[in-house]
Amino acid sequence: MEYVLRTHKITKYFYDPEKFQVLKEIDLKVNRGEFLTLMGKSGCGKSTLMYVLSTMDTDYDGELEIAGERLTGKSQNELAKFRNEHIGFVFQFHYLLPEFTALQNVMIPALKLKRYNRQEIESRAYEKLKMLGMQDYATKRASKLSGGQQQRVAIARGIVNDPNIIMGDEPTGNLDSYNSGLVFDIFRDLAHTYHQTIIAVTHDEGFAHNSDRIVEMSDGEIIRPQENPGD
Amino acid sequence: MTLQVEIAKTHLLAKPKQTLVAMLGVTFGIGMFIAMVGLMTGLNNFTEELTMTSSPDIHIYNDITQARSSILTEVNPDGLNLVYHQKPKKETLRLRNALQVSEVIRRDPRVLGVAPTLASQVFYNYGPVQLNGSISGVDILEEDKLFDLRSKMKSGRIEDLKANAEGIIMGTGLARKLNVRTGDRVVISTPEGYTMPLKIVGTFQMGIGTVDNIRSYANISTVQMILQQDQSYITDINIKLRDLHQAKAVAPEFQSIAGYKAEDWETANATFLTGVIIRNILTYSVSITLLVVAGFGIYNILNMTIYNKMKDIAILKAMGFSGGDVKRIFMIQSLVIGFVGSLAGLVIGYILSYAISKAPFDGGDLISLDHFPVNFDPKYYIIGIVFGVTTTAVAGYMPSRKAAKMDPIEILRG
Repeated sequence: MEYVLRTHKITKYFYDPEKFQVLKEIDLKVNRGEFLTLMGKSGCGKSTLMYVLSTMDTDYDGELEIAGERLTGKSQNELAKFRNEHIGFVFQFHYLLPEFTALQNVMIPALKLKRYNRQEIESRAYEKLKMLGMQDYATKRASKLSGGQQQRVAIARGIVNDPNIIMGDEPTGNLDSYNSGLVFDIFRDLAHTYHQTIIAVTHDEGFAHNSDRIVEMSDGEIIRPQENPGD
Repeated sequence: MTLQVEIAKTHLLAKPKQTLVAMLGVTFGIGMFIAMVGLMTGLNNFTEELTMTSSPDIHIYNDITQARSSILTEVNPDGLNLVYHQKPKKETLRLRNALQVSEVIRRDPRVLGVAPTLASQVFYNYGPVQLNGSISGVDILEEDKLFDLRSKMKSGRIEDLKANAEGIIMGTGLARKLNVRTGDRVVISTPEGYTMPLKIVGTFQMGIGTVDNIRSYANISTVQMILQQDQSYITDINIKLRDLHQAKAVAPEFQSIAGYKAEDWETANATFLTGVIIRNILTYSVSITLLVVAGFGIYNILNMTIYNKMKDIAILKAMGFSGGDVKRIFMIQSLVIGFVGSLAGLVIGYILSYAISKAPFDGGDLISLDHFPVNFDPKYYIIGIVFGVTTTAVAGYMPSRKAAKMDPIEILRG
């Protein structure tokens, strides 16, 4: 089995207000094309883990490897470049750039990466919007879209560079059940049809139970499953 | 167009009012700077020009007020001498060997022209009117070389003086007070009591009341005759240098050649120059204050923008924008505000300067001036835009760096 993400004994402390171990030697392996959800009570460290996995948080002990590349110890600029190319994000509070149109929002990470020229980027971005049923809203300003629509545009933005992993922090946390269902269907479709790896932190039981694998955390440790299925 | 520029542009255009207010701060600062500098340097140049027309670069004369050593010291050089309240010696203002000294100085390569002259206090009488004034005996062609008299003639020609041994060229102010015009005869009387009728062959206007209202020019020989002096009687030597800023350095050299006091124009016009310095200090301190205020405005607005855009910055960083990229986005914004604002400021400054230069201003009797003199030197426009852009760059740098250093996780976790 091919791992797209692997961690080795990731440990992290919070120092404020007092020293506190949030992550305790986390070993995690994620397969390519897997739809994985991270669950657990508030404060169990699941979000913290996700931000370590996302390479945005570099203040940890242990090792992180994505797509065969060791990321621990790299500089912020290298990591930014890596994220641009290999990781897509979907957050709870959609976080589109409000002054830009839906299409421009999707194009920005691709324009940053410069893998294609502008015209190709525009047509690819439009394709992604179409895939998510948002093609009619392409020229609308992001601030004029509804929550569910914004989240779909955010997903399109997350996948525009064909990343190795999509990371979601409560991607349905701020949506009604109809839109939650929609987003879940999109994620499952991405994973199963397009073999896109997805790691999502969620509180939503229904959402999690329909994913390929649930990793449950408590007090900074993975409590279920004990071992990865591939091992 | 790079992505950073595009994002910066969208940010600026999304809030046009806020952008405009930030720009207006710079525009106002630079506009006032240009207008003030234009007026102040215009005034400075004007006064400097006036100064130059009324005083030579170096002026050699016999300074009889200079302390002289007492006869006691000459007799008893090693003793402890104390002479209390010495009376000035009866001395003439004559410069000995003045013409020879003039020749020597004329050969100096730094010198453009040398004009030996003699001047005296006189009374001008015309009918019942009697006015106090002065008369300068000059070689009018040499004098023209030094002070560009030709361009200041209001009537008559300077050559007419050369041709007429009994002619004088009179200041316009003096002529007006006496109610005389070219062709009239006035009677001159000296403090010694000698009188002589002279014919007015022309009038001149220097633009300075203290000259135009009292002075006349006549030939050297005429004045020597009025004063009943011989043909070698010269009281002043006026020197014009190729570079007037050398005057201060050259003056002591000429003083030792001539054996009389040589005064440079800077010393002679110290009060004028102090005025120039004070005006410069005032101009620059007010301008800098204006720009600093504008800079704080930009700092504030950019700080606010960045505070409002925390979420955007966080998401940009998550998507793979480095700290440098984020910094660039906000620096571009402040530089655009600075550049466009400064450019508008130059236009406003030019319009203001133009308006000031057309405003009527009565210089009174002292100086002939009907409008404010305004300097439109492009140098100050370049300084203005460089200053404006630099200030905004500095003001924008601090908030931009803050944005670059911001940790996205804190924002994204909510």
